Amino acid sequence: MSQFLWVVFPYICLTTFVVGHFWRYRYDKFGWTTRSSQLYEDRLLRIGSPLFHFGILAVFLGHVMGLGVPKSWTEAVGISEGLYHFMAVSIGAFAGFATLVGMAILIYRRRTNGPVFSATTKMDKAMYLVLATVIVLGLVNTVIANIIGHYDYREGVSVWFRGIFFFDLHPELMAEAPLGFQLHGLTAMFLFALWPFTRLVHVFSAPVGYLTRPYIVYRSRDYQELGSHRPRRGWERINR
Amino acid sequence: MRVMAQMAMVMNLDKCIGCHTCSVTCKQAWTNRSGTEYVWFNNVETRPGQGYPRTYEDQETWKGGWELNSRGRLKLKGGGRLKKLFTIFSNPIMPSIQDYYEPWTYDYSTLTDAPAQEHTPVAKPKSLLSGDDMKIEWSANWDDNLGGSAATEKHDPMLKKIADKVKFEFEQTFMFYLPRICEHCLNPSCAASCPSGAIYKRSEDGIVLVDQDRCRGWRMCVSGCPYKKVYFNHRTGKAEKCTFCFPRIEVGMPTVCSETCVGRLRYIGLMLYDADKVLEAASAPDDHDLYEAQRSVFLDPNDPEVVREAERAGIPHDWVQAAQRSPIHALINKYKVALPLHPEYRTMPMVWYIPPLSPVIDVVRDTGEDAEDTGNLFAAIDALRIPIEYLAELFTAGDVAPVDRVLKKMAAMRSYMRDINMGREPDASIPAAVGMGEEEMYDMYRLLAIAKYDERYVIPPAHSEQAHSLEELATECSLDYDGGPGMGGSGPFGEGSGALTPIAVENFQMLQNRQTADTMASPHDKGGRVNLLNWDGKGAPSGLFPPKSAGPEPVGQASTPDTSHDGATGPGGTGGLTGGADYK
Repeated sequence: MSQFLWVVFPYICLTTFVVGHFWRYRYDKFGWTTRSSQLYEDRLLRIGSPLFHFGILAVFLGHVMGLGVPKSWTEAVGISEGLYHFMAVSIGAFAGFATLVGMAILIYRRRTNGPVFSATTKMDKAMYLVLATVIVLGLVNTVIANIIGHYDYREGVSVWFRGIFFFDLHPELMAEAPLGFQLHGLTAMFLFALWPFTRLVHVFSAPVGYLTRPYIVYRSRDYQELGSHRPRRGWERINR
Repeated sequence: MRVMAQMAMVMNLDKCIGCHTCSVTCKQAWTNRSGTEYVWFNNVETRPGQGYPRTYEDQETWKGGWELNSRGRLKLKGGGRLKKLFTIFSNPIMPSIQDYYEPWTYDYSTLTDAPAQEHTPVAKPKSLLSGDDMKIEWSANWDDNLGGSAATEKHDPMLKKIADKVKFEFEQTFMFYLPRICEHCLNPSCAASCPSGAIYKRSEDGIVLVDQDRCRGWRMCVSGCPYKKVYFNHRTGKAEKCTFCFPRIEVGMPTVCSETCVGRLRYIGLMLYDADKVLEAASAPDDHDLYEAQRSVFLDPNDPEVVREAERAGIPHDWVQAAQRSPIHALINKYKVALPLHPEYRTMPMVWYIPPLSPVIDVVRDTGEDAEDTGNLFAAIDALRIPIEYLAELFTAGDVAPVDRVLKKMAAMRSYMRDINMGREPDASIPAAVGMGEEEMYDMYRLLAIAKYDERYVIPPAHSEQAHSLEELATECSLDYDGGPGMGGSGPFGEGSGALTPIAVENFQMLQNRQTADTMASPHDKGGRVNLLNWDGKGAPSGLFPPKSAGPEPVGQASTPDTSHDGATGPGGTGGLTGGADYK
């Protein structure tokens, strides 16, 4: 069971994540968008959306720190255990709380505003459910486990997570982790599996290139690619 | 010198009767899909009026276009790159659907399903966004013909600028229509605002397009465009805009709005311009200089050096020839009667307008004076400051002198041509008064008044040698709405996701052949099969209806008597609208 939950399931989910994105990009470039609903409603979005997005960006950076950077490295640069925990808990709780409030506003808006609600797809609803679960569990872990339980996830969850990418498997570390961390890990993996099939794909089109490209883009009519879309496989032109 | 070609349009506002045919045909062709109900690539506004979306010209609110920063350099009025990225999660200057209008339909089934009753049943309006009952309070042409202007005129941003002088006077003196499409600017601020780089300017003909596969729905283009001519498709989450009907332009046909314009007021042709001078011209320090600055960017296609440079830049020779015959070049740079719309936005717009003289003529005629006499008209142009200043706010950033000059030319043309039409000796002093020769004035009259099809539209076909078999996808199949015959339907990720349904440019190529064919019906070699997509209603091509038998057969000899009373079936009948189903 432990093998399945902490080895097989993560690999299935992460593979789906990678292959799914590849497939979605090939199959559905046109559907690759934020599906913004700002046109319908502006007042709540103006508060909720930046709260959520900036919050989740901070949360993401926190995870890069907590999961990606080994404990020995931070100790090597002289960040003590106490200082690290203080920072992780305070910044994490703050960012997580902002994310949660933003998300609550956005879900409330989505449910109560007629046009926004009718523009919500089934996939959106499933995604919202999983994403909210992941965020709530994560916040619960930050607050409860760090303050009350004193579970050092950097010796447990982090080692397990990094191991996945180096085929250095430690399912036993997760099996020993508190229930909150286990559930957070599982739902997060499930979210990764769901990711390529939802509007979350817009994360990967964050327009950083805008900072460096020239303002006006000129493009030639591409005779290879005559339409605004590349021809489908098997329908390419032959005389060129 | 870096020569580039730009497909451009001029509209002669004197001829616009505000019939909205352009808007409707454009909508039928491009935006009759769900998600684009409120999208009018072409719309016609009554001026004075608020425009569509409401008060879009008020750039202090909407912050579209460019402005000069303190060092005199061009910057986006809505904020630079960093600001755009920081406000990407919620664009603070994007109009909401209420600034356009909430699209609706009617609950028609209450009409057909209603039981017998004393009162006529009423179909209630239903929002197309939420499906709920709604109250219709605004739409794209709510203030058409100054309707309700007593309540709304104060919102016209252009009128505000000259407000203290106006009030009720203007209402008695003038009104005109302003058809608008995307300006296909030389310095497009929508493209500059797009974080994804999905909006591009085609280097061959300067048409500004949205790459639907690269658009990620960040919505910055909507606020970046000062003309508010980029729209957000709220179902697909992508930006859409006027395409200058590029699949038609590529085969040498005018845009749908031009082709169907009953007033024949639109002109399409090429302009050659020097791409190296665009930025400098758009940065002219004084708003009043922008009109002249933009004119100076255009190149004279008859100048041998320009022709040489154009060829070096890879512009085909027939395009250069088309630029020499271009009505746009004639109206903008030769007769100088066309003016840009809102040059102060500094986007270098490429759809220009000949300002209307008719408000002035109407006033003169109402006074009982001769409304075609140069003296009277010139005096009226000088006296009617308010309409002229209003026009100047639209076309020359408030500088009345160019508008004055244009209107006087138009007035002179009327007087001069009246003498000729009345069989009187033409008066050479009239053209001379506006700095034109007699020959030149006659040529201008010919272009503006006779306006032959071939002279209004000088469109060289695109130079892909394979143009005849282009597989093109415009924005999307117009039949591809929910449950529509296109049946692209919705993929699992929402509206319009999944693989595409291409429409073939071949259709446009065939339509072009049809329209220029000598025969009334379809070309002979296409016998038997009719493409309803490009059947224009001329005659009945063979194959459209089942063949008639050779005339009414003599009574008594019919092998299969036509027994039905209406005679619409069976051989010898006239055939019904049954398509080819009973083709024998």
